[in-house]
Amino acid sequence: MAMAMAMAVGSCESIVLLYSQPRIPRSALQIRCSSSLASKQASSSSKIPSALQDFEAVIGVETHVQLGTATKAFCGCLSQYGAQPNSNVCPVCMGLPGALPVLNERVVDFAVKLGLALNCDLSLRSKFDRKQYFYADLPKGYQISQFDIPIARHGSIEVDLPVEYGGGHRKFGITRVHIEEDAGKLVHAGGGGRLSGSPYSLVDLNRAGVPLLEIVSEPDMRTGIEAAEYAAEVARVVKCLGIGSGSMAEGSLRCDVNVSVRPRGQAAFGTKVEIKNMNSCAAMHRAIDFEILRQVALHKEGLESKIVQETRLWEEGSQRTVTMRAKEGLADYRYFPEPDLLELVLKQEQVDSINEALPELPNETRRRYEALGLSMQDVLVLADDKSVSEYFDSTLEQGADMKMAANWIMGDITAYLKTEKLSISDVKISPSVLAELVSLIKDGTISGKIGKEILPELIRNGGTAKEVIEAKGLTQISDEAEIASLVDKVLLENPKQLEAFKKGKTKLQGFFEGQVMRSTNGRVNPILMKKVVAQKLGLS
Amino acid sequence: MSHSRHLLALASGLVSTPASTGPGNWIPPRSPSLTIQSFFPRGSTTFSNMGVNTGAQDVVHPRSPKSLHLRRSFISGERSSADCARTPGLIVTEYLDRLREKEPDVKSFLHISSSALDEAAEIDGRLARGDDPGPLAGIPIAIKDNLCTRGMPSTGGSRILDGYRPPYDATAVKRLKESGAVLIGKTNLDEFGMGSSTESSAYQVTSNPWDLSRVPGGSSGGSAAAVAAGQCACALGSDTGGSIRQPASFCGVVGLKPTYGRVSRFGLMAYASSLDVVGCLGTSVDDVSLLLTAIAGHDPADATSSSKVVPNYLKALVPAKELPGNPLAGMKFGIIKETIGEGVEPAVAQVVKNAVVHLEKLGAVVQEVSLPTFSLGLPAYYVLAASEASSNLSRYDGIRYGPRVVADELNAMYGASRGQGFGAEVKRRILMGTYALSAGYYDAFYKRAQQVRTLIQQDFKKALEDGHILVSPVAPSPAFKIGEKVLDPLSMYLGDLMTVNVNMAGLPALSLPCGLIEDEGSKLPVGLQLIGNAFEEEELLRVGHIFEQTVPTW
Repeated sequence: MAMAMAMAVGSCESIVLLYSQPRIPRSALQIRCSSSLASKQASSSSKIPSALQDFEAVIGVETHVQLGTATKAFCGCLSQYGAQPNSNVCPVCMGLPGALPVLNERVVDFAVKLGLALNCDLSLRSKFDRKQYFYADLPKGYQISQFDIPIARHGSIEVDLPVEYGGGHRKFGITRVHIEEDAGKLVHAGGGGRLSGSPYSLVDLNRAGVPLLEIVSEPDMRTGIEAAEYAAEVARVVKCLGIGSGSMAEGSLRCDVNVSVRPRGQAAFGTKVEIKNMNSCAAMHRAIDFEILRQVALHKEGLESKIVQETRLWEEGSQRTVTMRAKEGLADYRYFPEPDLLELVLKQEQVDSINEALPELPNETRRRYEALGLSMQDVLVLADDKSVSEYFDSTLEQGADMKMAANWIMGDITAYLKTEKLSISDVKISPSVLAELVSLIKDGTISGKIGKEILPELIRNGGTAKEVIEAKGLTQISDEAEIASLVDKVLLENPKQLEAFKKGKTKLQGFFEGQVMRSTNGRVNPILMKKVVAQKLGLS
Repeated sequence: MSHSRHLLALASGLVSTPASTGPGNWIPPRSPSLTIQSFFPRGSTTFSNMGVNTGAQDVVHPRSPKSLHLRRSFISGERSSADCARTPGLIVTEYLDRLREKEPDVKSFLHISSSALDEAAEIDGRLARGDDPGPLAGIPIAIKDNLCTRGMPSTGGSRILDGYRPPYDATAVKRLKESGAVLIGKTNLDEFGMGSSTESSAYQVTSNPWDLSRVPGGSSGGSAAAVAAGQCACALGSDTGGSIRQPASFCGVVGLKPTYGRVSRFGLMAYASSLDVVGCLGTSVDDVSLLLTAIAGHDPADATSSSKVVPNYLKALVPAKELPGNPLAGMKFGIIKETIGEGVEPAVAQVVKNAVVHLEKLGAVVQEVSLPTFSLGLPAYYVLAASEASSNLSRYDGIRYGPRVVADELNAMYGASRGQGFGAEVKRRILMGTYALSAGYYDAFYKRAQQVRTLIQQDFKKALEDGHILVSPVAPSPAFKIGEKVLDPLSMYLGDLMTVNVNMAGLPALSLPCGLIEDEGSKLPVGLQLIGNAFEEEELLRVGHIFEQTVPTW
């Protein structure tokens, strides 16, 4: 291997293999698609409703899901993100002469999981094909893929649109799911990382052969937010199934979008434009809305012939799509059956056992929460991340009040996680302790305020709520006799105010309440205390 | 010798004893595991010193009557006193000397190993220490240059891999090394196996040792010529449409194309993946059986390799003097009607008919069988093989290995690197294959050819139900003149008529020398093709062994 590398590296010709490349930092926290949309919404989105009065957009999405298998699809190399360039390579994924692919069985399991989760018909017999084209990041000159018989097809996915966009439930068709391998990466030296103007390119084959599932949707989406929510739901399903990290920011989930526009009432599709290079759902939303407006504007000016079949790139900086390459007719990939791999045969028992072991899917979680009576806003937040919904579920199992538990998780805990850039699996407070905390508040042992005070301690260090409360002496004072003596003491210490009260300055009731609260560092049960203060002041 | 004690110890551990294996698996004492010409080629029964072919190089008699009992000699200590000094080191030295002596005339090697003597010395050492040196210990074996050999040049006969040294061994090569074999060098071939004369090699033209003005056949022409000229004991080849059998026939050696999937293709530079098979060439059926036993079997690195158990192919072989009166009694052979009529040189057909008469004398019943789809095989083969080749050769793009032509942009770099790196025949097949797979043509060419392939498989299946083994000539002619067909690719393709269908059906076939014919003053060997059921190499080798031991001397 070293020899082969040495020959290719160190040349000053047009392509050399890559030695060093800065590591791309892994984003620490996944942020729900819709919540980030609300704040970052581009101005173009507000023009969408009027643009869509006379026109209809037709949107389909092709998603590449990078699978989280330990090794690559057709060789034993580590399938690892962020390794030294060209360190996870072997004769097979480098496309050396004589090397042959051998299918990683985990890839098949993952494909079956996703196929089932997307309600697809599985092909018990499918096969691999070669998709042929020349590019410097494609070592064999073909990509092993599945052409006419994908492993899964005819499925669907259900999404709930964000409340801030008017909400609504949608079901989108899935055309097919198929297995394929990823290509390597080209890094264009000089030229600002872009191909044009770059004197040479570097090839990193670490990613070559990493397993992918390509999901092709039906052209069922009509707006940017629908497509963005579709992508977000696919990411949720991928994470829920544990088959990949499903991160658009990392590039482990990549969406290419096809957008066309047609006058309302027209049956035929308009000319479709492909958009690439969106690294978040929010970017997808904005890119599609931009593209819809661009195409509608051309239609309105009678220039629809200027909408050409092409691939456009979303530019995050300028918030617009620009032409990447015009399609010169249909590319001929000269697909033919991959002779190095056997037919892919699934046994019904294998499919059944995978099906039985499927976790609750995000849509099922949402429907369950909805049935519990949670608001759609709460449903969407709690069911967005499997670890959060599992945490919530465990907290409920421990007997916590549903609404209180939901509020604590969505409020204080989420806020803490965001500030500290942690995920819910990092916190030390267990669901049972949160349930304990909630019930202590509910039964009046502590106030909500004290609950908020001790939460950081519980998150950081764990322990039970009772332990922390007792250690800090924070138990709520709920004994009426004890409260009465506390009130007496405050009245005794403030004779002037008491005199003023008796002369009719009844607003001073609040002053006494505050003094009692302060004297106990907030530990006194506020309802009981207010009752006792009122009694002592002769108001009740 | 002082190490005789160790050798005896080895013998008890290594050589399976007749007593323990039972009568059915009895290894006859006169049939050693490996047979190699003793005083090769001089002093042996070769055609040249029989005076029939004075213009030719010395060639090995196909039946190796004076076979060397090499393996036994240094393992069991039973060797004759004359062989006492023949350690692996000496054997490899002798072969290397002969290799170099013949090479200027035959030109069968693209690379001669510089480490063969060291490897032989290392086996000498293992023997001296009493370690198991493996069943092929010290045997000098040549490897077709489209099989990857770690650190040793592996060009596939192409300029596009000029200077390429793979970082790994092909599985078949690895298994030979593990069996103690010494790789003596890499043999010439038609570029990436595409050709039937070895003239498509980018490096040199190999001559047929029987007549240096003739081709050795191809694409494993270098391996066949090297075996025939005694430059190696035996050799690995590959067979996509006849590339082992046809050169074996042209050079008068034994060639075996195993069942598809019997030997791992890992490390074989792919030409047509669904047809390619790694196989063996040797001077006798014994040698080929020993070689197949070493290289066959499932390989986790090749998804198309079979996990069927590999027998010890030597165990099926019965020596002449143990044979019953009618050793093939009860067996039915089918001679393929379409291979002995039009398009076949009458002299070739006659030699094959004589061989059939011999089979009948051995007790077999031989009937004519017709394979109606036989003539469809050749065009279908060239569609499928070219289609797969067009894809398999895409990796030779000048980016990761091999010479690169610098250009201003990527497509120009591909065009120039591939344009200069590939020869005419390879380009022709890439173009044909690309065309056949193109949108709008796929159904008419590739898909139709696959349908033909299915019909051919069905025909063979039916024919093999009626007879145990099918018989045909290997090629319609004996070795032709160098340059004779270079400008006529179609006539070159027609020469593959008898062999391609076997690859289309994935069946095993053995090419056995069965006679000589005279052509323009040269005596040239003719091969008999025996075709068997999938994974029944054992039966082919058993029958082939009986045939080669009993066929009358020419």
